[in-house]
Amino acid sequence: MNAIIKQPSATLVPFKARLDAITDPARKAALGALHRSGLPDRRVEAWKYTSLRFLNETPLVAPSEEFDAAQARAELDRLGLTAGEGADLPRLVFVNGRYAPDLSVPPQNVGLSFFGKTEAFGTLSSPDRDALTALNAALATDGAEITVAAGVDAGRVLLVSLGLADEPVSFHPRHSVTVEEGARLSLICVQGGQGRYLHNPVMELSVAANATLNHVTVQTESDDAACLATLYAQIEERGSYDSFVLGLGAALSRHEVHARLNAPHAEVHVNGAQRLLGRQVGDVTSVITHAAPDCRSRQTVRNVLDGQSRGVFQGKVLVERIAQKTDGYQMNQALLLSEQAEIDAKPELEIYADDVKCSHGATVGALDDEQMFYLRSRGVPEAEARQILIHAFLAEALALIPDAMAQTLAAHIMEIRFPVTGEE
Amino acid sequence: MPAVTETREAVEKLGQSSYKWGFETDIDMDLAPKGLNEDTIRLISARKEEPEWLLEWRLAAFSAWQQMEEPKWAKVAYPPIDYQDAHYYAAPRKKPGPKSLEEVDPELLRTYEKLGIPLHEQALLAGVELPEGETARPPVAVDAVFDSVSVVTTFRKTLEEAGVIFCPISEAVKEHPDLVRKYLGTVVPAGDNFYAALNSAVFTDGSFVYVPKGVRCPMELSTYFRINARNTGQFERTLIVVEDGASVSYLEGCTAPMRDENQLHAAVVELVAMEDASIKYSTVQNWYPGDENGRGGIYNFVTKRGACRGARSKISWTQVETGSAITWKYPSCILQGEGSVGEFYSVAVTNNHQQADTGTKMIHIGRNTRSTIIAKTISAGQSDSTYRGLVRVLPKAYGARNFTQCDSLLIGDRCGAHTVPYIENRNMGARIEHEATTSKISEDQLFYCRQRGLSEEDAVGLIVNGFCRDVLKELPMEFAVEAQKLLQISLEGSVG
Repeated sequence: MNAIIKQPSATLVPFKARLDAITDPARKAALGALHRSGLPDRRVEAWKYTSLRFLNETPLVAPSEEFDAAQARAELDRLGLTAGEGADLPRLVFVNGRYAPDLSVPPQNVGLSFFGKTEAFGTLSSPDRDALTALNAALATDGAEITVAAGVDAGRVLLVSLGLADEPVSFHPRHSVTVEEGARLSLICVQGGQGRYLHNPVMELSVAANATLNHVTVQTESDDAACLATLYAQIEERGSYDSFVLGLGAALSRHEVHARLNAPHAEVHVNGAQRLLGRQVGDVTSVITHAAPDCRSRQTVRNVLDGQSRGVFQGKVLVERIAQKTDGYQMNQALLLSEQAEIDAKPELEIYADDVKCSHGATVGALDDEQMFYLRSRGVPEAEARQILIHAFLAEALALIPDAMAQTLAAHIMEIRFPVTGEE
Repeated sequence: MPAVTETREAVEKLGQSSYKWGFETDIDMDLAPKGLNEDTIRLISARKEEPEWLLEWRLAAFSAWQQMEEPKWAKVAYPPIDYQDAHYYAAPRKKPGPKSLEEVDPELLRTYEKLGIPLHEQALLAGVELPEGETARPPVAVDAVFDSVSVVTTFRKTLEEAGVIFCPISEAVKEHPDLVRKYLGTVVPAGDNFYAALNSAVFTDGSFVYVPKGVRCPMELSTYFRINARNTGQFERTLIVVEDGASVSYLEGCTAPMRDENQLHAAVVELVAMEDASIKYSTVQNWYPGDENGRGGIYNFVTKRGACRGARSKISWTQVETGSAITWKYPSCILQGEGSVGEFYSVAVTNNHQQADTGTKMIHIGRNTRSTIIAKTISAGQSDSTYRGLVRVLPKAYGARNFTQCDSLLIGDRCGAHTVPYIENRNMGARIEHEATTSKISEDQLFYCRQRGLSEEDAVGLIVNGFCRDVLKELPMEFAVEAQKLLQISLEGSVG
């Protein structure tokens, strides 16, 4: 790697024309910090293992508002969202970061508006600290704003993002979800696409007292795309946020969750699984902040890495001084299937309260020889035995998804990408 | 919790007095003028009567250092250090290189006597008084470094007979220049990092050990570092080379007077283990940690690294870190030789306002290399303690194996304990396991001990010692005793 140090402004070259055209004062403010820092390089500790060189200096233009509806429908078919169990779910479909009403079936029992109309930046994100969030704030055009009123069980909502790029584009949707006191929502996000693009969503999730938000993200973006998602969640007293990401697609992906347990007895799960091949880079990063006593956090992330792919896991659990009786657990496991695959893991505990129970674990290894032998000795061919073990390894992670239907949907999309019976 | 209140009261009573090594020796010193520039380096080199190549090496390191920035990634905070406001050379005034104890300043001898360091060869125990009625244990050879120079090295005759070289590095430069030149800077290059570069430019003394092929060093070797002079930094450099099939166990101890200002200690330790060689390096780090308000104390910025060059070689680091205001230290192993083994056992205790960021790096290069990391962190008072460790497996390290366990214990609600492991694996045939826990002393254990009549302090002491047992048992006997006492003293008041 050569040691040429880029000027902060050089990292913004792909977006330069669009950033220069911004006049809105609120967005300009977000830009100030971004211009000073630029996009992070690997000298920034939080980006130690993931390089944004993928973006290089090719201009990423704003996508046009028009898109090919047939292509969009084909993509929905490919994702398995038009047949089977998921077909009847209320859905909000975004194409290239813009709401596509013709493809959508809005949910009935939630409050719904769009960032494109309200331009309401939430309060949970931190554009000053996170450069990609600042970039989003500067360039965001649309996004779903979902509110579940107090006491309402809103069932399931499907939020689909499609990237359909004829030329290199970038889109920066800004979603927000508010689940009011005692309410419930199961949010299923599915991301897919074709062509070369950057998908840079920011999502703010607010879970009120006694509310429950189950959230599954299935990322199966174009193999030529980058998906850099940043989520900010805040959970109030006895609220529960259960997050799961399944990373399958994109050349470069990062799923970054900032979860803040804001009041006693709040609970958060930040789970995930990745299955990568080729030269994919998949990064699962999280910062879980215990800002109140008696809260609980759980995290299990599993990686299956083939080809020359690289998996990154960074998980920080921060326990503030006030957060006594914290119960935190974090586990990261990786299975390397090829000699060129790589895993970089950094599970981190930062603890300032003394009466806590926090632990983390990490394991890395190849497929277990004994398990392989067990299957082979029972007449299972090698390729199939491998598939069974890989499937079992990931199935244990998927089993953490509390919503059974979301679990089935995620497993189904994984099977579309990695057919179980196919050749290895 | 009553135990905590009780211990806190006790700590307040104790205050500074618990650091019993904090006295100052009044001795006539030869000081270099304050400041750091090429002239300082030339002066050090001249005082040490060094050959030209070493001066060149120092100057190259200095120019590299000038280009470098102080590392900021560690979880420690301190006011900016003025590198020009210190003496880089301080030596007790004496005839150069005393050959026998008779020539050493009696004031110095009294200092070491007070510290419990045996410089007379008949005094056989390092650091511990011989209990009555007990027979002497195997002897320990000691190299005593006082500020910038080594004042005496014991048992040199016995070691020479076995073929082992154990002498101050300044002397080794003169008497074994080829060996020093061959290995110096090969494990920690002069420009490795900010503090290593600084050390390479201005290092003054330290120990040199060479164990030839097939020799098992007949006794434990030990270096005792003492900072005494005001406004000085100590920059010692240790180089240990162990040839094929040879082995050595090396102990390192250190103390400093209690002062209100901070003093800098930036050491470099390089270990080289050839085929089937083994090096055991144990440290009890007890620099002055500052007072209960965080005033004074040593800044301990140390680079320690060992290279397992030969097949089946082994390097084992054991450290008990109780002192220093700030500790920045990552004893590491580069596992090159096939089947080589790296170990890191650490207990880090911080109290009052101490900050420690310590851990290790295990770089697996060769096939079937193995490493074990056991790190125990105890934070009390308003201190912050971080374990930071890297396990890196490179593509050719088939069959590499690592096991890491980090446990943190928090005592009191104003301290912090952090764990930052980095795991980088590029080989599918490697197995890495990491686990970490953070907790406080369990009420059950405390209750169990109290119920059997132990005082709260004794109970906490017992539990802490049990918590650290996996590491303490790795220490050579003499050090283990000292380390246990140190743990008690370091946590005195805050626990037991």
